[in-house]
Amino acid sequence: MEFKDYYKVMGVARDATEAQIKQAYRKLARKYHPDVSKEKDAEARFKEVGEAYEVLKTPEKRAAYDQLGQGPRPGENFKPPPDWGAGFEFSGAGANSGGSQGGADYSEFFESLFGGARRAGARGSTHPFDAGHGADAGRGEDHHAKVMLDLDATLHGGSRQFGLRLPEIDAQGRLIAKERTLNVQVPKGILPGQTIRLAGQGSSIGTGAGGTPGDLYIEVEFTPHPLYRVDGRDLYLELPVAPWEAALGAGVKAPTPGGIVDLKIPAGSHAGTKLRLKARGIPASTPGDLYVMLQIALPAATDDKAKQAYRALADALPFNPRTSLGV
Amino acid sequence: MRTVVEGLLSGEIFEDYAVLSVDDLSRLCSVDRTCIVELVEEGVLRVIEVDSAEWRFSGAALRRARAAMRLQKDLEINLPGVALVLELMEELGRVRSELEVQRR
Repeated sequence: MEFKDYYKVMGVARDATEAQIKQAYRKLARKYHPDVSKEKDAEARFKEVGEAYEVLKTPEKRAAYDQLGQGPRPGENFKPPPDWGAGFEFSGAGANSGGSQGGADYSEFFESLFGGARRAGARGSTHPFDAGHGADAGRGEDHHAKVMLDLDATLHGGSRQFGLRLPEIDAQGRLIAKERTLNVQVPKGILPGQTIRLAGQGSSIGTGAGGTPGDLYIEVEFTPHPLYRVDGRDLYLELPVAPWEAALGAGVKAPTPGGIVDLKIPAGSHAGTKLRLKARGIPASTPGDLYVMLQIALPAATDDKAKQAYRALADALPFNPRTSLGV
Repeated sequence: MRTVVEGLLSGEIFEDYAVLSVDDLSRLCSVDRTCIVELVEEGVLRVIEVDSAEWRFSGAALRRARAAMRLQKDLEINLPGVALVLELMEELGRVRSELEVQRR
């Protein structure tokens, strides 16, 4: 198993004071909090930092952890020493005391050192991958997860597979993370930040015979699309046109989520002209629109013929694009 | 760790149909009823009127309430602070998507 250098994770020296550790934690927690952070691996970093803080803020755990030294050499496997924890009073007691990480969120490394006496149901959490507590008797806990979805799924519907880590109780009564791959029919028209509720797909922990499992709530975010940008239900597409197409007007082909369409470019268009294609955005009872934003693409003057054409244009048009700058 | 691949599941968009009570939200957020009431009093959650004596919330309140709870717990922010963070995050989201649209 991989050794975790909690001091490195927190960015503090091994002899850091409690105050320094707390300060480092606060700063990192704000930076990586999944509700505020736009960092790519925010969720994972936030958990890592929470785990490091859990150990370093508790004097007994920190002392025991310090006895492990700097860990094995790179590439070497870490194993807790046989006398691990002897003389320290922490087994299980403190693992649930701070932060808001759910039981199945700690690393294997943490669990092997501090997780021995923990059992499920000790506490609830509102983190995206965690079980909530407070379930009624006979009803399992609800689970919440967050997934990335491609725009095509909401435009056209269809099934997608999501890999989720969800907490479960194993035969020994320990709380473990179970890897589930869910095959989900994505509801057409779902927007970023919205939730798919899958009834009965939550936890059946503690429900006993005849109990109902909890529900699974999947919150979706969109991965960026190569062509379209999303704003609410509306989509935006940048469409390059030639200078003469913009100036004289033209019929051009344009991609839309529903397929390629013929689009009329009005004469006198310029860069940034916005054309609205009604109801070609994200579907709904009142669907979103597709906005086509024109960009003027200039042909390169690489050969004599092109150079000649540009010169002819310059000769024919007395045109100063910088008059508004007073030059 | 075990891996299980399962059959096709389908669900609906929670925000489209859900109408939630204070009890629903407190259960789904794993918090006390009073926490939800405080969120309403602070203006973090909006009550929608559906001709009911009891408070009712739209499905979108779930995500907001859970985010509020996380911020409160993880960063030890008080309620007015949470309200401010959520409002600023929304503003930031709007600005970001506008920027996305206008970029290039």
